[in-house]
Amino acid sequence: MNEWNWAGDGTVMLVGLLSACACALPGNYLVLRKMSLMGDAISHAVLPGLAVAFLVSHSREAVPMFIGAVAAGGLTALLTQAVHRFGKVEEGAAMGVIFSILFAAGLILIRQATDHVDLDPGCVLYGNIENIALVARIGETPAAVINLAIVFVLNVLFVALFYKELKICAFDPALATTLGINANVMHYALMIIVAVTTVASFEAVGSILVIAMLIVPPVTAHLLTDRLWVMIPLSLLIAAATAVLGRVLVVFGPVWAGVEVSANTAALMAVLAGLFLFVALFFAPEHGLISRSYHRLALSLQIIREDILGLLYRWQELDVRRTRPAHRDDVLTAVGNTLISRWALRSLLRRRQVQIEPPTKPGDEPQFRLSEKGLSAASRLVRAHRLWEAYLEKHFNLPLDHLHMPAERVEHYITPQMRDDLEADLVEPSRDPHGREIPEEDRP
Amino acid sequence: MESSISSKPIDKTRVTDHDADTPVSIHDMTVAYHRKPVLWDIDYAAPEGRLIGIIGPNGAGKSTLIKACLDLVPKASGSVCFYGQPYKKQRHLVGYVPQRESIDWDFPASALDVVTMGRYGHLPWCVPPGRKHKEIAMRALSQVGMADYAKRQINKLSGGQQQRVFLARALAQDAQIYFMDEPFAGVDAATEAAIVALLNELKAKGKTVLVVHHDLQTVPAYFDDVVLLNMRVVACGPTSKIFTEENLQKTYGGRLTLLVEAAEAVARGGQR
Repeated sequence: MNEWNWAGDGTVMLVGLLSACACALPGNYLVLRKMSLMGDAISHAVLPGLAVAFLVSHSREAVPMFIGAVAAGGLTALLTQAVHRFGKVEEGAAMGVIFSILFAAGLILIRQATDHVDLDPGCVLYGNIENIALVARIGETPAAVINLAIVFVLNVLFVALFYKELKICAFDPALATTLGINANVMHYALMIIVAVTTVASFEAVGSILVIAMLIVPPVTAHLLTDRLWVMIPLSLLIAAATAVLGRVLVVFGPVWAGVEVSANTAALMAVLAGLFLFVALFFAPEHGLISRSYHRLALSLQIIREDILGLLYRWQELDVRRTRPAHRDDVLTAVGNTLISRWALRSLLRRRQVQIEPPTKPGDEPQFRLSEKGLSAASRLVRAHRLWEAYLEKHFNLPLDHLHMPAERVEHYITPQMRDDLEADLVEPSRDPHGREIPEEDRP
Repeated sequence: MESSISSKPIDKTRVTDHDADTPVSIHDMTVAYHRKPVLWDIDYAAPEGRLIGIIGPNGAGKSTLIKACLDLVPKASGSVCFYGQPYKKQRHLVGYVPQRESIDWDFPASALDVVTMGRYGHLPWCVPPGRKHKEIAMRALSQVGMADYAKRQINKLSGGQQQRVFLARALAQDAQIYFMDEPFAGVDAATEAAIVALLNELKAKGKTVLVVHHDLQTVPAYFDDVVLLNMRVVACGPTSKIFTEENLQKTYGGRLTLLVEAAEAVARGGQR
C-alpha cells in the first residue's frame, strides 16, 4: 500500500485538510480568549448529545448528529457558566467537572446505542480516517467529506462575516456589549460552532485528537505574528500543512524509513502540529526562544562594549595627570574577563572604535586607546552617565556614593533626546557631583 | 445632598421621572452581587457639559456604578436614563473606557486596530470598518499624541501609552457622555497631563464626562463636579461646595457600618 492512490489517499488527505482547517478557524478565538480548554470540554461533552441523537433517530445521519452536537455544546457552555458562577469555582475547574461528567455519560449512552446502530466507541475516541480510504477506493464519496466541506464553508463564513464582532468580543467583551455587540451571544455562537466542528471532525480525527487541531495551529500562528488578520490565514496554512504532510508520511514514510509499519494519519497530524509548534517556539522571528536569546546576547554585548568605551575614556581622562597604559588584561579584567567581554573587545577593534598602539617602553605590551570614532561614542556615554548622576543628586538628594551604580545601569539606555532633556533640567551642567567634567554633546 | 438630586416624591409605580435634558439620570438604583448589595438606592443626575469625578474608598462601588449604568451588571432595582431614554436606545451617545487591567494586551492587534474598535458601534453587524472609520480612528490617535505608534503592537506600548490608546478609542466612539474607569491609574506624568488636556477638550465640546478617580489631591483641579460614593451617594454637586473635609470624612471614615451590616444580612438571608 506504499503507493499514492488519489481516490483513497487523496480523499483521506482532503478529510484531514478540511477537518484541520475547519477546527483551526474557531480555534483562533478559543486561543485568544484563553479558552482553549473549552474546545477540549466541548469536544468531549458532545458525546452524550451524539449518543442521544443515535438513540432517538436510530441512524448516523448528519442532521440528527449535528442537532445533538449543538444541544450538547450549548449545554456545556451553559453548565460551565453555571458551575463557575454558583459553585464558586474557577472557570477551568468548572469546565473540567462538566466535560468529564458529560463525557462519561456519553460513554454509557454509546454502549446502549451500539445495540441499535453500528457504532464503535473506539471510532469516536480515535477517529476512523483509515476507513475513509477504504470507502473512497471503491468509488464512493464518503459522507465525512461532504459533512466536513459544509462545516468548513460554514466556519469560513462565520469568521469572515463576524470578523469584527468576534474580534472585539475576544479583546474587550465589556466594550463590545456597550457598543451593542452582545459578547454573550457571540460566546454561545462560537461554542456552538466549536461543537458542530468537533462533531464533523470526529470521523476523521476522533474526539481526543480534535483538540490538537483546534488549538495547536492557532497557537503556532500566534507565535509567528502580531496581527489577527495574519494569524487566522496562517493557522489555516499550518493546519493544511499538517494534513498534507501527515498523509504523505503515512503512505511514503515506511518506504523512506525502510520499515514495514502502518501509522494512523490523524495521530501523525497531531504529532506534526506539535512539531510545528516546537519549531515556532524556537525559531519564531520575534517571540521565538532563539530570537529572544539572540537579542539578549546582543544587548549584553552592547553593554560590555559601552562599558569598555567608558572605561578607556575615564583612563584617558586620568592620563592627563599620570601615565597609565591600558593593556589588554587590564581592560578585560575591569569588565569581568568573560568570553563575552573578549568578544566585545574584538568587536570594538573591528568597528575601529578602539585601536592598538605600540608599547611606550620597549618590551612592554601594546596598549589600547580610543580612536576618534570611539572617543565620540564614549563621550556620549560618559555624558549620559554624569548627567544622570547630577540629575539624581539634584532631585533625590542621594549621598555621593549612591550615584554611580544607578547611573552605570541607566547610561546604556539614555537616548539623545533624554540627554538634552537632562541638560535642560540641570541648566548648563559642566561637572558631575564628583567634580568630573561632563563632556559636551558630541553631535554627529 | 444639596444639589442635583430631584426632590420630587418617588413615584410608586416606578414610572421614571428622567429628564430629557439630563445626560445621565440614575433613579433609585440598587445593585447586588450574589444578593449582597454593593450600591444602595443611588439617585443622581449628572449635569451636562461637566467633568464629574466619582470618588470613594475601595469597595465603594465606583466601577459597579459605571457598569450598572451601562447594563454590564444587572440592577436589582431602579433605572438609568441617558437624555431621558434607556441605555438600549442611546448606546451611540455613550462612550466607555474600561480599566486597563481588564484587557489582555498580548492580543494580536495594533494601536490603530484597538482605536478602530471604537467605531464598531457606528457600523451595522458584519460590516467591516472602511477607510472613513480608520481615518477617524487615526485622528483620535493623533489627538492623544500617539499617531507615531499607530502600527505598534499593543503589548509593546508603555502603560501610559496603552491608557492613551484607550482614550483615543473613546474619542473615536464620538459620544456625548463618557464613562472612564480609573484612567489615571498607574500612568506617567506626561500621560496624566495628556488625559487632563483631553478631558478639558471634551468639556469644551459640551460632552459630559464621568471619571472614577482615586487621587484625592487632584480632585479640585480636575473636576467641576464630584460624586462622593460609598455604597450610596454620600454627597454630590459642584466640587467647590461638596468636596469638603466633612463630606470626605463621611465618605471614607464615616459610620457606614449599618449599611455594611445590612448588606451582609441580605447576603446571608439566602442561606438561611
